Amino acid sequence: MFKKRKGLVKTVRYFISALLLAVILSALLFHPLNILMYPDLPFLNILKRGMSIILLSAFFCLFRVLRGPNAADRIVGMDMLGILIVGICALLSISTKRSWYMDIGIAWALQSFISTLAFAKFLEGKDFDE
Amino acid sequence: MRSKLILFIVGFIIWCLLRFPVDAQHIFIGIIVAAFVTLLLGDLFTNRPAQFFKVQRYLWFLYLMPVFIWECFKANLDIARYIISPNLSLKPGIIKVKTSLKTDIGLTYLANIITLTRGAITVDLDKEESCLYLHCIEVGDKKEIITAAVNKFENLIKKIFE
Amino acid sequence: MNNIIGVIFITLGLAFDLIGCLGLFRFPDVYNRLQASTKCVTFGTCNILFGTFLVLGFNAAGIKCLLALIFLLFSSPTSSHALARAAHKSGEKLCEGSVGNEYK
Repeated sequence: MFKKRKGLVKTVRYFISALLLAVILSALLFHPLNILMYPDLPFLNILKRGMSIILLSAFFCLFRVLRGPNAADRIVGMDMLGILIVGICALLSISTKRSWYMDIGIAWALQSFISTLAFAKFLEGKDFDE
Repeated sequence: MRSKLILFIVGFIIWCLLRFPVDAQHIFIGIIVAAFVTLLLGDLFTNRPAQFFKVQRYLWFLYLMPVFIWECFKANLDIARYIISPNLSLKPGIIKVKTSLKTDIGLTYLANIITLTRGAITVDLDKEESCLYLHCIEVGDKKEIITAAVNKFENLIKKIFE
Repeated sequence: MNNIIGVIFITLGLAFDLIGCLGLFRFPDVYNRLQASTKCVTFGTCNILFGTFLVLGFNAAGIKCLLALIFLLFSSPTSSHALARAAHKSGEKLCEGSVGNEYK
């Protein structure tokens, strides 16, 4: 009996959170970001709304960085934030027609990879010489 | 000497791709930078430079790419089904899979490809026994599928990197 | 035509990014989180970069998109492998419903 109740509570919680996520997504879809956009681009709306969707997923990563139970969870969140920023740079380089945003993207990917390797070495408890 | 020449050519091509509409100035600076990098790195880039001149490897690589992309797409749909389902019913575990690859680079690429496809990531690899430790998201009936995928990619990688 | 195919790729990539970060939010364990986030976020960002290359064409920025795609495809599984090994070495346990552990 109690087990059944617990499963019901879990399902209700899932549907409420899915509804909240749908409300947030639709609010982001109807309220686009207006930064540095050229008005003559094709498919402008999708680009504007795509950046806000990446921002929403970055919030989930930030939650994992802040609330992760252990150190490894926080490092996973940091790594995923580093990959998401490359995607934001690609979308910005379409919408602003400036090619140096992809320079930032490549440099950020390199730096994020090396910092993740250094964090993993630190977590393993070795010196950096090995 | 041959490996240094290969490293010089690869570095020069990457420099030309980074400054795409190439001028004479860019080519001149690129030659200087690639020579500097070659002096710094030396023989670290390849052990067996004779492998770079076999044509069969590139043809097998062209065959590997669509297979890998299709498997990656299927694996992503699989993971997305697990994430969106209302009650998480996961049965994760770590399994051990034997391979027949011996070299460093073959094991590395096999581990990378397995990480991006079909419900498993590599936790550790043992070079003496040449086996992989994989963490699977659902162990029970997926073990045969994962072993079959490992064997399939193993045969392809043996033709390319060994 | 290139614009349409590129925008389809970008939309697919955005959806996979969101799903991957949702998995990072929901799953109960470091290894499961690594699994969901590495697969979906890498595939999604590679799709975004390829769509950007299709929209921009053979440009300065488009070629850089292709370079970033190749680099991400090599670097991201390597870093996830290093993180999983470090987490196992530092004494991180598997979550409750897990079946078996054949590693040590």
